[in-house]
Amino acid sequence: MRIGTLKESYAADEALFDTRTQKAWLGLFFLALLVFPFTAGEYWLYIACLVAIHVISTTGLNILTGFTGLVSLGQAAFMGVGAYTVAVLEARLGTPTLVNLLAAGFVTAAVGALVGLPSLRVKGLYLAMATIAASFILHFIFANWTSVTQGVSGINVPPASVLGFEMARPVQLYWLILPIAVLMVLGAANLFRTRIGRAFIAIRDRDISAEVLGIPLLRYKLMSFALSSFYAGVAGGLWAYFFRVVTPESFPFVYSIFFLAAVIVGGMGTILGGILGAVFMTLVPEVLKLGVGLLSPVLPDAVAILSPVRTIVFGALIVGFLVFEPHGLAEIWRRTRRFFHLWPFKT
Amino acid sequence: MSAASPILSVDAVSLSFGGLKALSGVTFDVAPNSITAVIGPNGAGKTSLFNCVSGFYTPQQGAIRFEGADITRTHPPHRAKIGLARTFQNIALFRGMTVLDNIKLGRHAHMRTNLLDALLYWGRAQREEMALRAEIEEKVIDFLEINHIRNQPVASLAYGLRKRVELARALAMRPKVLMLDEPVAGMNREETEDMARFILDVKEEWGVTILMVEHDMGMVMDISDHVVVLNFGTVIARGKPAEVTQNPDVIRAYLGGTDIEALQRRIQGREAA
Repeated sequence: MRIGTLKESYAADEALFDTRTQKAWLGLFFLALLVFPFTAGEYWLYIACLVAIHVISTTGLNILTGFTGLVSLGQAAFMGVGAYTVAVLEARLGTPTLVNLLAAGFVTAAVGALVGLPSLRVKGLYLAMATIAASFILHFIFANWTSVTQGVSGINVPPASVLGFEMARPVQLYWLILPIAVLMVLGAANLFRTRIGRAFIAIRDRDISAEVLGIPLLRYKLMSFALSSFYAGVAGGLWAYFFRVVTPESFPFVYSIFFLAAVIVGGMGTILGGILGAVFMTLVPEVLKLGVGLLSPVLPDAVAILSPVRTIVFGALIVGFLVFEPHGLAEIWRRTRRFFHLWPFKT
Repeated sequence: MSAASPILSVDAVSLSFGGLKALSGVTFDVAPNSITAVIGPNGAGKTSLFNCVSGFYTPQQGAIRFEGADITRTHPPHRAKIGLARTFQNIALFRGMTVLDNIKLGRHAHMRTNLLDALLYWGRAQREEMALRAEIEEKVIDFLEINHIRNQPVASLAYGLRKRVELARALAMRPKVLMLDEPVAGMNREETEDMARFILDVKEEWGVTILMVEHDMGMVMDISDHVVVLNFGTVIARGKPAEVTQNPDVIRAYLGGTDIEALQRRIQGREAA
């Protein structure tokens, strides 16, 4: 049981990770991440890379929707912009991988800021409609601007290469994707310890009051859109290196809903929520698939019978979260921590 | 009133919504380091006046001057930067944040951290945040006696405490003029007295000029230096509290009659209670 926390400086009180136990667990977690590629098989590394890409994009959407309160259904299309940027730069110009990823981020941020322009006037469902419209326009561009995007046939992307190391397989890409994901999540966590992050939350909670405190609404809303799109752009760029082919069908509209669901299931407006949501949404279908696989020796027709059920179970899990824990997985995590802090006393 | 140049002056301000005249030709000055109260019956235009001064409404005619500069057409964020802070009648705190974060937001306009600093939390961002935390803890939180609730979410606080947190947030702005929209509305006697004491201390210790709208006549008469009475969008009286209560127009506006004795009894009754 934890009796109290003693802090001797403001810096200690404002640290991201405050207790020693927390730091120890975190160290263990990072150690596990380092050991993982040496112990896991190709399939699980593939999943890990995909999870990390989704974590980046979900965190980006969480900044916009969870923290700033601007609902967006354009995240997949923004990822598409990032993916195409990387694909075009890599295939046509052959510029270095890290430069391409950065460029993907900035190009997408610019597109995101443009799409965010209506947000000064419209909120909620209306803004969601505006972002849907923008994402259809972007899809149209992907499919029809053939001189750049090569239309429906798409672009094949050469493998990523950093400092002369070529990264084609998940086991290699893991070392590119994971550090970027960690850095970007850390950046987002830092953001909400400063005036800019606070301004985003202020706009979400009460915009009139925010204005009186000297927060220019349009500038901050556009900044939130741009930053969120930057995350989507980098995630999309990594996606392009991961799947090595980018077509207009790579980023369907459903994918945007996937990210919004991840933010909601994980917990809106918490950094941990973005991570947990992305992990949950990516892993649960795989785990269910695995469960069906395990049943097949017992039940010969398992795959045929249970595969449709899998989708239903997945859907039901999401609905269950919305009903029983609207604050998401992050809240469950917080309650669990609290339980251990107070144990053996009841909360 | 002294002849010292006013810190804030409202000059012949008129505001109408379509055919409805909310304010017509409202004129008054606020002297530096004083408490000016705006009173008047419901619908007299007090909140409209406040919204003009803080920049939500732009009056069709007239001017609002802050330290001699015309600010009639500037945006609210600009007014925050030059030292004009306000609280709201129906508390406008950020519900999802802790008390500490709410107060920190008051300093927003005075900080320089940009997006890149913020993402890295290095150098300037860290220095600024630490300086801010120290200043808020030592000046604002101690002063308003809210140490015990600093890490609680605002949504969980009692009404009186929320009003105090809103005052704290406004003070964190290091304002020159603090506008309070009904600071003690809905408070019990004890909370009202606490708030009155804080308002007086803000004036004396911080040297802040206060402009407030308030219905609690007892408190207005006790702490204000200057009272402006509005009715139907026009100023019907202004002066020291004692002078205003003697003014027949004011009595008529409040009581609909000319019974001076009744008003005085009412005020004294409140003070005695």
